[in-house]
Amino acid sequence: MVRSRSAYSVPVKQGRFDTHIIVVWVDNEAGVLARVVGLFSGRGYNIESLAVAEVDPKLNISRITIVTTGTPQVIEQIKLQLKKLVPVHKVADFKREDKKVIFKEMALFKVVGGNSKKEKALKACKKYNPVILDKTNKSYVIQITALRREIDKMSKNLKKFGLVSVSRTGAVAMTRGSEIFK
Amino acid sequence: MSKLYSGAEIVFKCLEDQKVEIVFGYPGGAVLPIYDELKNFKFIKHILVRHEQGAGHAAEGYARSSGKPGVLLVTSGPGATNAVTALTDAYMDSVPLVCISGQVPTHLIGTDAFQECDTTGITRPCTKHNWLVKDVKDLEKTIHKAFEVATTGRPGPVLVDIPKDVQFQKTSYTKFKKQKKSNGKINNQFSQKDINELIKLMSKATKPIFYTGGGVINSGPKASELLRELVNITGFPITSTLQGLGSYPGEDGLFLGMLGMHGSYEANNAMHDCDLMINIGARFDDRITGKIDEFSPKSKKVHIDIDPSSINKNVKVDLPIVGDVAEVINSTIKTIKKVKPNFAKSNKQKISKWWEKIQKWRSVNSFNFVNSEETIKPQYAVQRLYELTKNKDTYITTEVGQHQMWAAQHYKFDKPNRWMTSGGLGTMGYGLPAAVGVQVAHPNKLVIDIAGEASVLMTMQEMSTAVQYSLPIKIFILNNEYMGMVRQWQELLHDKNYSESYTAALPDFVKLAEAYGCVGIRATKPEELDDKIIEMINTDRPVIFDCLVDKEENCFPMIPSGKPHNQMLLGPNDKKEKKITGKGKTLV
Repeated sequence: MVRSRSAYSVPVKQGRFDTHIIVVWVDNEAGVLARVVGLFSGRGYNIESLAVAEVDPKLNISRITIVTTGTPQVIEQIKLQLKKLVPVHKVADFKREDKKVIFKEMALFKVVGGNSKKEKALKACKKYNPVILDKTNKSYVIQITALRREIDKMSKNLKKFGLVSVSRTGAVAMTRGSEIFK
Repeated sequence: MSKLYSGAEIVFKCLEDQKVEIVFGYPGGAVLPIYDELKNFKFIKHILVRHEQGAGHAAEGYARSSGKPGVLLVTSGPGATNAVTALTDAYMDSVPLVCISGQVPTHLIGTDAFQECDTTGITRPCTKHNWLVKDVKDLEKTIHKAFEVATTGRPGPVLVDIPKDVQFQKTSYTKFKKQKKSNGKINNQFSQKDINELIKLMSKATKPIFYTGGGVINSGPKASELLRELVNITGFPITSTLQGLGSYPGEDGLFLGMLGMHGSYEANNAMHDCDLMINIGARFDDRITGKIDEFSPKSKKVHIDIDPSSINKNVKVDLPIVGDVAEVINSTIKTIKKVKPNFAKSNKQKISKWWEKIQKWRSVNSFNFVNSEETIKPQYAVQRLYELTKNKDTYITTEVGQHQMWAAQHYKFDKPNRWMTSGGLGTMGYGLPAAVGVQVAHPNKLVIDIAGEASVLMTMQEMSTAVQYSLPIKIFILNNEYMGMVRQWQELLHDKNYSESYTAALPDFVKLAEAYGCVGIRATKPEELDDKIIEMINTDRPVIFDCLVDKEENCFPMIPSGKPHNQMLLGPNDKKEKKITGKGKTLV
């Protein structure tokens, strides 16, 4: 082994990575997104996707949904660090496999081609509540809502049906049933 | 109708209500309206520094030695960016600071105006929180909130950015009523169950140790008193981090000295071999733990901390207790007295073997060094300084490097808030301005900056501040002409390639002192050291003491890279020790 020339310790083995969905309720004020995102980048945490919008205009509350990966220890740190931020009200954390939670992403696909191609594209999307938002002789804009990996798959599959452009959101999440996260 | 005040006046009304007496600052275009009001608020004493970093460190020294938040006032652009190092330093070491910065007028924000910078953007990662106040109506509540955030929970720096037009705008001011003591975002979360669990672990342990840190100091002087009581009730050995020094008396028999990279042999070995580690207000920093997966492998770990995010961050613990140190210790003592009034007696037998082992480690005398009659050894200089000042309730600040570690090893503290050093960020140039701040808070006390010649040159301009306000700080420079710690690492880790660590052209520090209008003293021989130190102490003006020390002395013991606690390097004269343990090997 090469002798370390650093006064810092050498990295230890990384544990297993899990995907988590972190939901953060924050005051909708200037710079709040930068605080949350800056915390992730500054401490070397991942952001796979991000969705943010105001959900309560009266109380001025925004809801930020972040999909992230990390070891259990890192996920725990993310939550604790987020809770320390002054404009953060509460933080929820769901595992992707959690059956009690619904996750959804939205995607817009633009397909260009003849009728047969367009219809085939629409048909391929059938499982994911497709809505045609715009139609011309040569093109469709199709909206679907689905899971991340399903959208990944669709954006690959639709290539052969004339897919020219994809636009998608980050995931949003909500618990099933009558309960809400306190 | 109530009287209307300008934004600048409101700043001072708020400071008055927060009982601020001292502001460290430097004027500039974007804070001129605030400086204009200074004359109308006599309760505020403004200390004019020579650089905004100096203002920040002085405010840190003031805060850490007095327990009150430090306040600094800087202008926009370069004023704010110069303060960033000090803010980051305060963030790492949990020092409550409130930084008020000027900003260009709101209509110019975003236009790359003269002396504009994105102050809140730049300081976001190095403050607990910051605010850009765009409406004078928000100013009052923002400043009060800033003080609350800075001083509650785990303390830290905050920044309030005030555009120049907001400083001119007028609004009314409502007298501030202090809320009842709040603990910030995080309240004490611990329960009696946690305390009972802790006591259960304590009564089972045969090899316990207290590992205490800066959290004890931050919790207030009461926490240090309670800690002493707890240690005496239990008879457990105690070690402290660099930041925690002073919370337990340094000369007490139960105290094992500082732990960590340059900590004592007994403290580090005890940390490695213990079966119960009680962390009180420390944070398992990498300079403490060494190699994480070999860190104290056989122990149950308890972590008492006010910051929940400190728990399980670096080291997984068995019993986390989130709460203010003083309150947790208080509950613990009360419960012990109720449940096990004879704790010490019943326990003495159980841990006697442990103490025998510790005494064996202690007999290695790991802070020892080979003294010399020709040259002044830096350790000897610190020892003499300690002996000659220990009866004076002395306040010590340091810069960063070898001298800092020697000071921590050889200067013994028996009270909290007497030791100000940059531990987390390791800011060279911290000690001199911090000494200015300490002396402002304690005008009649002896304040000494134990310094290195390289560090002190980074903020030397603040001597001018000390002279202006007749602050008789003593700058005790261990001058070895090298960046000593850099040189030591190059010797041990980089095949003695002393790349750029020698300062070939140093100023004559005695003449420099005279140029600043203070007193210069130089010591070159061991036999004159005592007289010169006494001369320094008896001088009631600022002093720069140029102590020429051995140029190649290394700081031992040392835990080398990637090694656990029980594999320390001891000094060069510990060859025989090497035979005893087979572990104390040197790289040299």
